[in-house]
Amino acid sequence: MAGNVELLNSVLAQARTENRAALVGYLPAGFPTVDGGIRAMTEMLDGGCDIVEVGLPHSDPVLDGPVIQTADDIALRGGIKTVDVIRTVREVHAATGAPVLCMTYWNPVDAYGVERFAADLAEAGGAGCILPDLPVEESEVWRKAAAQHGLATVFVVAPSSRDARLAKITAAGTGFVYAASLMGVTGTRESVGREAQDLVDRTRATTTLPVCVGLGVSNAEQAAEVAQFADGVIVGSAFVKRLLTADGDIDAGLTGVRALAGELAEGVRKRT
Amino acid sequence: MSSEFFLPDPEGQVPSPSGYFGAFGGKFIPEALVAAVDEVAAEYEKAKADPAFAAELDDLLVNYTGRPSALTEVPRFAEHAGGARVFLKREDLNHTGSHKINNVLGQALLTKRMGKTRVIAETGAGQHGVATATACALFGLECTIYMGEVDTKRQALNVARMRMLGAEVIAVKSGSRTLKDAINEAFRDWVANVDRTHYLFGTVAGPHPFPALVRDFHRVIGVEARRQILQRAGRLPDAALACVGGGSNAIGLFHAFLGDEGVRLIGCEPGGHGIETGEHAATLTEGTPGILHGSRSYVLQDEDGQITEPYSISAGLDYPGIGPEHAYLKDTGRAEYRAVTDDEAMRALRLLSQTEGIIPAIESAHALAGALEAGRELGPDGLLLVNLSGRGDKDMDTAARYFGLYDDKGEADVNGAVQPTGEGEK
Repeated sequence: MAGNVELLNSVLAQARTENRAALVGYLPAGFPTVDGGIRAMTEMLDGGCDIVEVGLPHSDPVLDGPVIQTADDIALRGGIKTVDVIRTVREVHAATGAPVLCMTYWNPVDAYGVERFAADLAEAGGAGCILPDLPVEESEVWRKAAAQHGLATVFVVAPSSRDARLAKITAAGTGFVYAASLMGVTGTRESVGREAQDLVDRTRATTTLPVCVGLGVSNAEQAAEVAQFADGVIVGSAFVKRLLTADGDIDAGLTGVRALAGELAEGVRKRT
Repeated sequence: MSSEFFLPDPEGQVPSPSGYFGAFGGKFIPEALVAAVDEVAAEYEKAKADPAFAAELDDLLVNYTGRPSALTEVPRFAEHAGGARVFLKREDLNHTGSHKINNVLGQALLTKRMGKTRVIAETGAGQHGVATATACALFGLECTIYMGEVDTKRQALNVARMRMLGAEVIAVKSGSRTLKDAINEAFRDWVANVDRTHYLFGTVAGPHPFPALVRDFHRVIGVEARRQILQRAGRLPDAALACVGGGSNAIGLFHAFLGDEGVRLIGCEPGGHGIETGEHAATLTEGTPGILHGSRSYVLQDEDGQITEPYSISAGLDYPGIGPEHAYLKDTGRAEYRAVTDDEAMRALRLLSQTEGIIPAIESAHALAGALEAGRELGPDGLLLVNLSGRGDKDMDTAARYFGLYDDKGEADVNGAVQPTGEGEK
């Protein structure tokens, strides 16, 4: 069974047609539990997200700030396995029909087996992968497997990426381009700086792929700001915080997640 | 190149241009760091071609570090090694007390050449942190050292040394709170502050070019030792031994002997409480290929690719990864790797102290324990070269608790050092 790269493309195209940015939500699988995570991601999509990224919790998340590290720790202590992440993708997609991506460090994919991971993710209805520590130079084996199984390969670009390198990365990527708004790890920030827009502009000069901005966006106001210049807005840590602050009260956490998705969905529609 | 002490690999055969030693190495890093890592690689290539760089580094290695380091024969210790002759390469006599200064001075010069004003580093036992803090004091660079919280306790003396030298020391409280977590946190800092910051990586792991770059700065160990032992013993050793955590002192020793087929290269890994207990950090003995901290090598991990928490009494070896060139040397069979338990290492530490008046670091004691075993295998005709990578001053609290050397254990417990779990005499 082929993966859902085309579904991802059409959802992004639809947002463009509606003259708005797409809203992409992130949560790690297995947080607070595997089933709780599935419910939370379903709420995110029902509440207004267009696309969801399922994080594969990792023991050594070098690109994540304290909020996602905490969520990953909870998931790992709960015994999350890679097969549970695949199940999360399957059930969230089945419940919502939305494009579901997996965001993971490379070692778990390497350990699972590149071909097997791509096949299982596609079979579960996944739309693709974001692999933040797999640079384009090391990505050929994955890209072959992804293309064969109908999965998108979303590369991350950073403010430090020079123009020639941006062209090389976007030529290899599919689905969309993940533009990191700042130089830093995941986490909420007070503001989204000028360098995000500069990066989006420089990225667009190299590709027709949609460019979505992540890192630091946490509220409707920031989402609206980013929506002015990007094709999509990616929010992760702010969703994780809603579940963390609910402190075990899963229903309160889910209500918070759904409410945040709704606020952000309004934000991405405020294009002037 | 007329440099006497800065000796980049003349073979130039490994790694490949993309940083691979056979199937191991590479560059698995976030896009945000690609430009910085490429800058380090480019600056290093320029530095290698610049006689002024070699001249400045040579001057520092001679007049600041104290190179060449001595080669000491240890006959009373060797009586316990089957009567084989044993020579120690005395990297413990370098300024700051270990081999780490060789690499640090080289990278500090690179930092200046790149125009960066801030240095960050990880440290396990604190030796790399102390060496880095030292070089930053010498060159007027801002310095932040990441150290696992467990290690800040068992190596409290080195924390004080780093702070005395003007460095900021940050105790890392995530994960196993040891070396691996210190590296994670240093990477997070680097991503956020890369414009003005160099990550002065302390071992032969990490993304390309660090495995080759750090190795090159340590090659002097083996080149000197090879020349010294030929002069003193009239022949090459039967085996060269070193401890391996990330693998920097071992690669520094081994590299000069790669072409000497008669010289066995033996890396001594931290066996902790014993391989069978699962509480160890013997990555090449028990690990499987995977990616950690930017390169493909052997890794201690579960079937899902989650890194497992290592254990060793030695903070400097307590690491679930290993430099990719060691993985390559293991798979090609050129080097062999053995696990040495905490207890074997601690017995060797005391033995060298009491037979030769040299207190080694617990890290280096793993290599000494390996030499005792190798000597017994070789017998009286054997000739062994051991890298004494560091001195044991920093380990006196751990050793005192292990052997019960304090008069009043309660009174001596001033810094909350972790309790040893081994017994002195098993």
